[in-house]
Amino acid sequence: MAQTVSITVNDVAYEREVEPRLLLVHFLRDVLGLTGTNIGCDTSQCGSCTVLMDGVAVKSCTVLAVQADGSSVTTIEGLATDGKLHPVQNAFWEKHGLQCGFCTPGMIITVVDLLNRNPHPTDEEIRHGLEGTICRCTGYQNIVEAVKHAAEAMPA
Amino acid sequence: MATKTFGAPLKRKEDPRLITGEAKYLDDVRLPGMLYAAILRSPYAHAKIKGVDTNKATKQPGVIAVFTGQDFKDLPALPCAWQAEAGRIKNNVNTPRVLEIDRVTHTGAGVAVVVADDRYAAEDALGLIEVDYEPLPVVVDAEKTTFPDAPQIHENAPNNICFDWSCGDKDATDAALNSSEVVVKHRVVNQRLIPNVMEPRGCVAQYMPASEEYTVWMTSQDPHIMRLLMTAFVFGVPETKVRVIAPQVGGGFGTKIFLYPEYCLMAALAKKVGRPVKWAETRRENYIATTHGRDHVTDIEVGAKRDGTITALKVKTYANLGGVLSTIGPGIPTTLYGRMLSGAYKTPHIYCNVLGTYTNTGMVDAYRGAGRPEATYVVERTVDLVARELNMDTVEVRRKNFIQPGDFPYAPADNILAGLKYDSGDYEKALNKALEMVNYSSFRKKQEEARKNGKYLGIGLSTYVEICGAAPSSWIGVGPTGQGWGAAMWESANIRVHLTGKVVLTIGTQPQGQGHETTMAQIVSEELGIPMDDIIVQLGDTLGTPFGYGTYASRSAAVGGMAVYNSAQKIKEKARRLAAHLLEAAPEDMTFEAGKAFVKGSPDKAKTIQELAGAAALAYSLPAGMEPFLDDVTYYDPPDCTYPFGTHICVVEVDRETGQVKILRYLAVDDVGKKINPMIVDGQIHGGITQGVAQALWEGAVYDENGQLTSGSMMDYAVPKASFLPTFELGSTETPSPTNPLGVKGVGETGTIASTPAVVNAVMDALSPFDIKHLDMPLTPEKVWRAIEATNM
Repeated sequence: MAQTVSITVNDVAYEREVEPRLLLVHFLRDVLGLTGTNIGCDTSQCGSCTVLMDGVAVKSCTVLAVQADGSSVTTIEGLATDGKLHPVQNAFWEKHGLQCGFCTPGMIITVVDLLNRNPHPTDEEIRHGLEGTICRCTGYQNIVEAVKHAAEAMPA
Repeated sequence: MATKTFGAPLKRKEDPRLITGEAKYLDDVRLPGMLYAAILRSPYAHAKIKGVDTNKATKQPGVIAVFTGQDFKDLPALPCAWQAEAGRIKNNVNTPRVLEIDRVTHTGAGVAVVVADDRYAAEDALGLIEVDYEPLPVVVDAEKTTFPDAPQIHENAPNNICFDWSCGDKDATDAALNSSEVVVKHRVVNQRLIPNVMEPRGCVAQYMPASEEYTVWMTSQDPHIMRLLMTAFVFGVPETKVRVIAPQVGGGFGTKIFLYPEYCLMAALAKKVGRPVKWAETRRENYIATTHGRDHVTDIEVGAKRDGTITALKVKTYANLGGVLSTIGPGIPTTLYGRMLSGAYKTPHIYCNVLGTYTNTGMVDAYRGAGRPEATYVVERTVDLVARELNMDTVEVRRKNFIQPGDFPYAPADNILAGLKYDSGDYEKALNKALEMVNYSSFRKKQEEARKNGKYLGIGLSTYVEICGAAPSSWIGVGPTGQGWGAAMWESANIRVHLTGKVVLTIGTQPQGQGHETTMAQIVSEELGIPMDDIIVQLGDTLGTPFGYGTYASRSAAVGGMAVYNSAQKIKEKARRLAAHLLEAAPEDMTFEAGKAFVKGSPDKAKTIQELAGAAALAYSLPAGMEPFLDDVTYYDPPDCTYPFGTHICVVEVDRETGQVKILRYLAVDDVGKKINPMIVDGQIHGGITQGVAQALWEGAVYDENGQLTSGSMMDYAVPKASFLPTFELGSTETPSPTNPLGVKGVGETGTIASTPAVVNAVMDALSPFDIKHLDMPLTPEKVWRAIEATNM
């Protein structure tokens, strides 16, 4: 039985009929066409699909669209404002914090969440904070650099 | 030069779309009317298929059609591109079909496919297909599969041996071993790895009946090769009837080089159902249906003098190829393995014998480094085993055996490199730099002190050399002197300088994260003096790019980059001749520098490249016989491969009570020749080291005795996370390759190749007080703890 959900995504309100089993990530990608959020696994390990739900990072493959009813979701497409990159996006570019780019949307969202909770993390706190998101290209070193760069650039 | 772009750490041109979600990966491709496919895969590692009943699945809501192997029996099995050195040795080829018909030889083999309106409906219907399997006995081990009592997997491969390959001189090596003062024998296992690219594979295919043309989007490192193999070897249609597009590719590490059953299946389905069809691999499928890497069992025999001089190396390897062969599977543990067993050392005699074997496991093919990590692991562990046996410092043994700067170009002994020669190197310089960075002599003192306090520190070196820039076509190919790869390995580039002075560069290489849109543009910018922002690099589509062999084997800079460089020289030459005409000067008096053609000695009598591009495009006044437009297509076949080298050093502490290995420091001094973009080079090294360290300590594919992959998901397989790793300390030396004017060598795989033995050597050094000489990877806490406990010390 389809259910109606109201979800605000990147400041736009959507009302859609969805199957109760539809995953939030498929809602974003297949229903709304927001394909910036990627799917990298099927066991909630990789974190490529991480989005902000009411300001908190969630793996959108582990949330049903019906659970997101009434919430506000931010995806990678919604981070830049007024044509200006978010400081975390810019830091990944500056510090070569990405190679193939597939984990990057989820990684950037994870870092936004991390810096929201801890604006000036130590290296150890950064590496711990990235544990839920897997990158196979960078060895994480330049991601750590990017997080530090973003922390400096962001108003605390 | 007005613009110094070559060698500059420029930010990547491709990044804006990647950091904003704008990039389109395979699963982001959506076509009107597109259907979704889901594949039913064998749960058995070895079984007869006695029947497949698709009735219930076909009636499921949303299902358009269900097909089995019988529906595609007219399509041949997929090609294997390794042709066994012009037929000189046995190579019993058994490859997958688009769907298997009567037998499966590994779990994950495709048996049936559902095409449905959406991916949920397709997945649902899989459970309703009934397959009648008759399970057969299973063997998974690379060596045991050759034993007389092992189940036979393919009729055409007695004792499950696919090939029996060798290189070097057996008699000379045996004689040298017999007369050696010391002989060390050891077995090492290079465990199977699951590459785990972050973007799983996928394919979207569309068929247009009126023109009989296919368009196939796929996750590929080499779209031109995919088109060639699909058309010539599977569909039997002209190459011109298929267009292959690789959209943004999210990592490859080798796994996306190959022609897989699913790509051909989607193309066939699109024709059958008359609508576009998409298959997006799940991670579970990626574990069982995408190629794996490594999986060698190797017996080493090394001879040495008491002073540490190595006299001979004899290696016998069982290389697990899986139940069926992937596209180039047999080419990896042969050409790219045995031929690199001299490493950085002047070993006077070498012999290598490889048995490629079938087992009831997933396909094994190139994974980052592809053969060279396995060779380097053998060589670098061997050096340490010799040092241990002789009670010498490993650094001393390495120095004693190094190929010296004056020896280049160097042909390793017994023609094991089949006519190629190491291009250039200064191995001791890189070693010295790394030893200085780690402060080796003071570490040894510290280590001694720590042991007295029950702390076990270890230091491990890897003074590696590798082979990049594949490869001279006549060397790699099928000809009388070739290595038997059914390919050439030149590369292509097409520079077009438009009327506006903007450049479109199309290339035949296909990055998966390496940043070619930046580095290839840097070469053009440097050579033509055109700003980076005025250059766009287009790739990934067989429509509109020159034929190229793709991106793997760290070949894109040394081969693809050279095609770009040579193309730029031809553009310059034409620009120079055009400038002479416009300035009414003699062509031989003109020179081109920093974006301008000018009369030698009179730099103000000049035309900019932009002015010349406009003049060439408008063609109002051209020299006699000159064609309009600044446009050049170049193909570059390298004269030799390139040979990066360096020293990696790992410092560890092993916890006596838990067996836990902690990396205290990791240092790498790499010499990759000239660097086009040092920021990108460092990134490649970081990622490479991480994958190599992960093999040493954490990763390993595990099949149980029934052929079930028990490490079959990211929950069960230890892909490293950020907290596992230290901050790598990088240094470098620069020895340009003399084989190409750019001086580049390649960097994509160095980190992976070098790091694994450095880590294992470090752990074995830490465990030396327990007299533990060798443990096989991964060096998990349990394995290390058990080994220490077993010593009763």
